[in-house]
Amino acid sequence: MLRLIAALVMLVTPLTAEEIVLGLSHDEVAITATFNGSDVMIFGAVKRDAPAPSGGPLEVIITLSGPMEPVLVRRKERVLGIWANTDAVEVDEAPSFYAVATSAPMREVLSEVEDLRYGISIPRVIRSVGAPSEVVNAETFTDALIRIRAAAGLYQVLDSQVDMEEETLFRGQITLPAALTEGNYSAHIYLTRDGMVVDDYETDIAVFKAGLERWLYEMSRNQPFWYGIMSLAIAISAGWLASAVFRIFQR
Amino acid sequence: MQIYLPIAEVSVNAFLLLGLGGLVGILSGMFGVGGGFLMTPLLFFIGIPPPVAVATEAVQIVASSFSGVLAHLRRKSVDLKMGTVLLVGGLIGAAVGVVLFNYLKSLGQVDLLVKLCYVVFLGIIGGLMFVESLRAIRRSKVVGAPPVRRKHGLVHALPLKMKFRVSGLYISVIPPLIVGLLVGILAAIMGVGGGFIMVPAMIYLLGMPTKVVIGTSLFQIIFVTAFTTMLHATTNFTVDIVLAVLLLVGGVIGAQIGTRIGVKMKAEQLRILLALMVLLVCGKLALDLLLVPSELYSLGAGGGH
Repeated sequence: MLRLIAALVMLVTPLTAEEIVLGLSHDEVAITATFNGSDVMIFGAVKRDAPAPSGGPLEVIITLSGPMEPVLVRRKERVLGIWANTDAVEVDEAPSFYAVATSAPMREVLSEVEDLRYGISIPRVIRSVGAPSEVVNAETFTDALIRIRAAAGLYQVLDSQVDMEEETLFRGQITLPAALTEGNYSAHIYLTRDGMVVDDYETDIAVFKAGLERWLYEMSRNQPFWYGIMSLAIAISAGWLASAVFRIFQR
Repeated sequence: MQIYLPIAEVSVNAFLLLGLGGLVGILSGMFGVGGGFLMTPLLFFIGIPPPVAVATEAVQIVASSFSGVLAHLRRKSVDLKMGTVLLVGGLIGAAVGVVLFNYLKSLGQVDLLVKLCYVVFLGIIGGLMFVESLRAIRRSKVVGAPPVRRKHGLVHALPLKMKFRVSGLYISVIPPLIVGLLVGILAAIMGVGGGFIMVPAMIYLLGMPTKVVIGTSLFQIIFVTAFTTMLHATTNFTVDIVLAVLLLVGGVIGAQIGTRIGVKMKAEQLRILLALMVLLVCGKLALDLLLVPSELYSLGAGGGH
């Protein structure tokens, strides 16, 4: 059910000495009724016109990001002995899924400045313009968002989990969880040397519902009245059927 | 076996859902409650988003109540006339309840209010039923005679009297209408069929015999929850049919088994069990509100402003 398409794309940019040549195990993920997560293999090679430049070793960062969406983070506080939601902060843009895999520990691979520029690590991907002024410690809300999503397997940090051979061939695997939302996922590959990004490359992976899942979803949105009637009809007939079957057994 | 739910957008174990449906179905058939007050928190617990859980639960209640009511109809333990009167009140109440629910939602804090509603009502009803059924059991043991018939001063004094032959009552239609209305409002706010409020109300306020109460309660729950299902499906798009089917397959089978268990049990035993279950759920919800939660933060859909 998962189509295997190997797409090799060449980049021709004469300015950079080292370029990425990329392959993907598949460029689309179909969510069907029995969908139980999926592994995406991202592999590639580094193309050089000249011998590898001197300096630190060449490293790779692979990120896979789901669609960006606003998220409302609420905090509970004790009010009159009861735990109730009090403060809320809206995070303007957070990916529904985000994985970042590196070929060596993150701190060695990427400098703070480059992270800020490209937005690679999880805290840098999440964009929050500003919290309401009456909320103190607004950054704890973003931390909570990362913590909750990481616990659900939606945010993954895969330090040193990209294989890099001879500073030329690299390979990484990212596991998409079963509870996945639809949309265009983007895979981003960065080559770094001494913490600086040398080259980057981006490609899309389409994640969509397929088959019965697609049909039911569309119907619930486009013909909600008939979808409701259908649900009730199924409920009533199932109730009747069970009753009838049990009557036969009783005799 | 994992299955992906198209509307809830989560992947869950199909057998877990079948089992949950079956368990709640048994309780539904035994006590004449839809089981929503148990199932909805259970669905939250396994990770179904709350709006989907509440809406989908309504579909399952329709199925298990229909299955249960057929068994009761054959046994002639459904007071259709009383059920219809209650239903008229119930539908008006549900409409009022939905308006009220949306108003509370605009104020925020709707989750907390729903939970407080649960704790207060489950606590009162469970406590009253428990004490009353203990007393009834003790009375029948000591004297060995049937319990004394209760007096209903106010219920008998009101105008518009009607004969409810199956229940053996000759009372005004105003009390059942009001009971239906109030239960309808609560049902819509709390996202349940309202059987756990309706059953005690029929026994203690209207003085109906326990055996008739269950079938009659199921009868009116079918229509009230069918109404809420349509409201959810057309306004919030949160009814997950795949989730509903899995729950109701277990539910309808459970309801049949439950109805048969219920018939074999004594009314007092049935009531004391229901009371205990109601108190248990109440205690769990109260603890959730009072104890320090393990995660102080929660995520919701943004873009509201």
